[in-house]
Amino acid sequence: MQATHRLDAVFAALADPTRRAILARLAAGERSVMELAQPFDMSQPAVSKHLKVLERAGLISGARDRQRRPRKLEPKPLAAATRWLERYRRLWEGNYQRLDALLEELKAKERP
Amino acid sequence: MSNLKVTTPSDREIAMSRTFDAPRQLVWDAHTKPELVKRWLLGPPGWSMPVCRIDLRVGGAYRYEWRSDKDGSTMAMGGVYREIKAPERIVSTEKFDDPWYEGEAVDTLVLTEQGGKTTLTTTVRYASQATRDAVLKSGMTGGVEQSYDRLADVLASLGR
Repeated sequence: MQATHRLDAVFAALADPTRRAILARLAAGERSVMELAQPFDMSQPAVSKHLKVLERAGLISGARDRQRRPRKLEPKPLAAATRWLERYRRLWEGNYQRLDALLEELKAKERP
Repeated sequence: MSNLKVTTPSDREIAMSRTFDAPRQLVWDAHTKPELVKRWLLGPPGWSMPVCRIDLRVGGAYRYEWRSDKDGSTMAMGGVYREIKAPERIVSTEKFDDPWYEGEAVDTLVLTEQGGKTTLTTTVRYASQATRDAVLKSGMTGGVEQSYDRLADVLASLGR
């Protein structure tokens, strides 16, 4: 997959809160589909659907034996996606730190 | 209060949320009064905002122009206000003069106050997923490479 297409797939996969929750659980260690389905009010096929999206994006691996084989997190594609988010975040954090300082000044002015 | 969160709530959006230690009215002023906006909405280090015009009414326009003090290069954007509900909500369009992405984006700014602190949420909705991703990749600035090794942090925040 081309790098940009891969990144698009990663962002699309991350857009869903259930899939983010699944990733967060996998960050703590490998899990089977059944274990992953437990905390969600969701059937195993529904969870499997989410896992397929995550697999296509390259975010997780371990799908050959769908029932038993645990899934595990693949950090690389996620790292590429988070790098873009992080760059964006830093730019805005710079703006907002200036805004913090400005707000302090405005608050001081408002005090009698 | 450094706790800015950036998320991608849908395939066409980027959302940011952050809390400020100030009442909502002041955060509102800082977003709507040109002399205040000019002081903080600057982007990367070394840029200033010589032009900031705001016609704060539905259908009114705004225009921001930035300039690099280093090499004199400029960047500008503007748009039109679609919804204004002081001091809590603004919906506006945004378009850069030299857009590196297709179409017009729609910004929604929401301010909520609790216990003297204000939480700002801003969501930008782009014309397409490809556009949204292009903006994320640009980092809004281009070329601001940052080293990072924060996968664990990001994963931790995903779990919240």
